[in-house]
Amino acid sequence: MPTSLAPVSVDELRDLAKRVRKHIVTMVYQAQSGHPGGSLSAVELGVSLFWNHLRCDPASPADSGRDRFLLSKAHATPFYYSVLAERGFFSTDLLSGFRTLGSPLQGHPSMGALPGIEMSGGSLGQGLSFAIGQSLAGRQDQRDFRCWVLMGDGELNEGQVWEAAMAVPHFGLGDRIVALVDRNRIQNDGFADTIMKTNPVQMWAGFGWHVIECDGHDMAAVDQALAEAVKPHERPRIIVAHTVKGRGVSFMENNPAFHGKAPTKEQLDQALAQIDGGLS
Amino acid sequence: MTTAAPAATREAYPFGLIDLVEQGVDVVAIDADLSLATMGHQFGEKHPERWLTVGVAEQNMVGIAAGFAAAGKTAFIASFAAFLPGRCFDQLRTSVAQPRGGLNVKCVASHGGVTVGEDGMSAQAIEDLALATSLIPFDVVVPADFESARQAVVAIGKTPRPAYLRTGRPKVAAIYDSAYRFQLGTATTLRSGGDVTLIACGVLVGVALQAAELLAGEGVSARVLDMATIKPIDRDAVLAAARETGAIVTAEEHQTHGGLGTAVARVLATELPTPIAFVGVDRYGTSGKWDELLGYFELTPQRLAQAARDVIARKR
Repeated sequence: MPTSLAPVSVDELRDLAKRVRKHIVTMVYQAQSGHPGGSLSAVELGVSLFWNHLRCDPASPADSGRDRFLLSKAHATPFYYSVLAERGFFSTDLLSGFRTLGSPLQGHPSMGALPGIEMSGGSLGQGLSFAIGQSLAGRQDQRDFRCWVLMGDGELNEGQVWEAAMAVPHFGLGDRIVALVDRNRIQNDGFADTIMKTNPVQMWAGFGWHVIECDGHDMAAVDQALAEAVKPHERPRIIVAHTVKGRGVSFMENNPAFHGKAPTKEQLDQALAQIDGGLS
Repeated sequence: MTTAAPAATREAYPFGLIDLVEQGVDVVAIDADLSLATMGHQFGEKHPERWLTVGVAEQNMVGIAAGFAAAGKTAFIASFAAFLPGRCFDQLRTSVAQPRGGLNVKCVASHGGVTVGEDGMSAQAIEDLALATSLIPFDVVVPADFESARQAVVAIGKTPRPAYLRTGRPKVAAIYDSAYRFQLGTATTLRSGGDVTLIACGVLVGVALQAAELLAGEGVSARVLDMATIKPIDRDAVLAAARETGAIVTAEEHQTHGGLGTAVARVLATELPTPIAFVGVDRYGTSGKWDELLGYFELTPQRLAQAARDVIARKR
């Protein structure tokens, strides 16, 4: 059985979030490419999940009973690799190789390249389907692991998400799958409301899910929402975390330009100082 | 070689799955609301705990299969060849093919080619082999009759990498009996000959045998190979045919780009350039009975025989 860490305090989680944010901006700066905005918006969700809720043992990353984290918004690799490294799945020394030739840290995650990578990604909308298969297999084999699937709000434009959304309640997988939406309201080409205006809360509720909303940057609120999501409920649970793209770095916050753009050296220094100063 | 009654290759699918379960393979099989046509429902009736349907949602089906495979299952998915891989190619590429070595997902696509018949051009898959062969870790198989299809399902089920297997809708004459042993990646020589080799897959294997008979009447000795495995292609059989007969005709119920003909030509072009003619379907179709459509598209013994005469004339 995977280890379940003793709960980590909210203060400690906030410190971890700072470390992760500094990795994110540094990695994207070093690579001079990557996706900082949607990485910074997901930090609290990822840190609270990996330290307090995801049942896993980084020393046994293939344990058949582990919880699975599936990064469906797969461009958020700066966030993902930083969290995995800080959690102990691999050395933080590897982070500097992000997006470079010969590094296992490709721009989008490659299953099998590193411990902790549960699926390959990079084409949006595929994580929830993958989780259904894992969860049905878990039920067949009488293993009680849970799948946590992180999606972006722009990603919800993809039709496959809704094929999977209707299937989770149909197959009765609410106690095995928790969906998370990083609702940062910006997608590749601009603000989500101008690209494809939707109401994710109503849409998920309409597909038979119990929607839990939270402030995605209030660490205590996120921690609480994740705890609530595993409580029994007649419907599958999805957390819609209201977030700010680029959170923690003033000039990246709510700025569509930093969906997929690297900072300059000057901007990096400014970003690191702001993260240390504690915008979060 | 056999007196078995005509049967469709799709009818072999559930039998192959049941064989796998009996041999201890941890199989799951998924359909997308076409199980009455793919015949997946027959497996579901036998092993309900190992079968599910996901509704009309091929993309989700592929993702679910990838998740099953990641959890250690041998995951089969079935639909029509027009939709699998066409409707879910991106999911096959990203979720199944790209994880290291490929995940253990097997696509069994029925109603391949033009012999789907009356449903017309949208249902007539003539692109599926091109798409499937482009997925790097995938094996690609097109069996010619019930017996070989049943054994091919078992063979891909026991091979730990992804695969695409095309089955057909119409009942076709049996070519093999139960003494036959299908081997992934190995062609079967159905008729020996020294003047030309007809290399076919699927329904066209039977057509090639008839063409060889026509040619024999003219004193032309045609070898016939059943190239059921398109990828990996049986390189040795192709090269032996080129060396020993000096002329090749490929025949498939698929466009001539990216299918059997392309796979054979790659071997010849790089290792032993040899005159070759491609028989296939390079236009969209129309409705009709399956055997009428074979005539409409000139997938006939007469056309193959003519291609053989043409390619023999090009020998140096």
